[in-house]
Amino acid sequence: MATLKVPVGPDDHVQGNAKAPITLVEYGDYECPACGLAYPIVLAVQKHFGRNLKLVFRNFPLAQVHPNAESAAETAEWAASHHQFWEMHDALYENQAMLGLPLYLSLANGLRLPEEELSAALENRIFYPKVRADFMGGVRSGVNGTPTFFINGRRHDDSFDFAHLVASIDMVLEQAGTS
Amino acid sequence: MLTEKGRQQQASKLQTTSDNGATSEILLPGAEAPDFRLRVTPDQDLSLSELRGRPVIVAFYPADWSPVCGDQLAIYNEVGPEFQKYRAKVLGISVDGPWCHKAFAEHRSIHFPLLSDFEPKGEVAKSYGAYRHTEGVCERAMFVIDKDGVVFWSYLSPIAVNPGADGILDALEGLQRKEQADAA
Repeated sequence: MATLKVPVGPDDHVQGNAKAPITLVEYGDYECPACGLAYPIVLAVQKHFGRNLKLVFRNFPLAQVHPNAESAAETAEWAASHHQFWEMHDALYENQAMLGLPLYLSLANGLRLPEEELSAALENRIFYPKVRADFMGGVRSGVNGTPTFFINGRRHDDSFDFAHLVASIDMVLEQAGTS
Repeated sequence: MLTEKGRQQQASKLQTTSDNGATSEILLPGAEAPDFRLRVTPDQDLSLSELRGRPVIVAFYPADWSPVCGDQLAIYNEVGPEFQKYRAKVLGISVDGPWCHKAFAEHRSIHFPLLSDFEPKGEVAKSYGAYRHTEGVCERAMFVIDKDGVVFWSYLSPIAVNPGADGILDALEGLQRKEQADAA
């Protein structure tokens, strides 16, 4: 059973109740169709579990097959430096078909963030080390495709459809309740 | 196909696993890795013994053209620079023919050799205990072979589970520590 090797920490992007009993970590690629499918599912899972779940997103770009995956990830990390990570993350997945610099600049503009700063950050790959560190942490944790989910540190090996994710999380919640 | 040396090197198979009734027994650490020479492009061969002197990762897998974008080979492709830190060479082997490999490698921008265990079909996979007789494809089996051609680590993944690259990286680290200790 593959387990998360990099514990969730202060450099992570966390959404939801910080004290939630369930931590759902998603390793994702913004250009991956499967991750695009997972995006609304994860939203539904978050809604379903409410305060019992916090979501962590980490980058796992498959740069060799997805030419925009890294730049999209870096764009989201740049938005994080302006405390707008989740807004940018969501916007990228909602516009997956149009990933590329024009989209990133337009999204930055929509979030009232400085486009020139984003442009420079992408050109100088300022956020590449963070993206690559996420990626290698994922590899070491046994990430075996995108998206890969970890529920309280254990890799979810079942389908990522709503029913299977909920069932796996319910099982962990139950065990936590009886321990 | 197996080289003559490879045929002589057939080692005992000790590990078993079962998956939907099929059993495979892959070579364990300590076994000599059978030498082989396989088509790597439509007109070129590559043999394992050519790579002596550095660690070799041999990854058997069922087939090209998996519909999953983050499949096993894609992960190895992305992790390439990390393998290079250990001077390790990664080889993918399936029973697909060399033209299939060529098209697949181009489509997915795969930067490491894909070898064809095509004729005799699956002979090399069988010598490593990594052939699924029921379906006529290779198992998802990985081997880290040391610079002297001996298996240092091996792992058989359930056919439906992409094993990722963490086992290989852990094994390469372990191999490096061992070689440093031996040299001291």
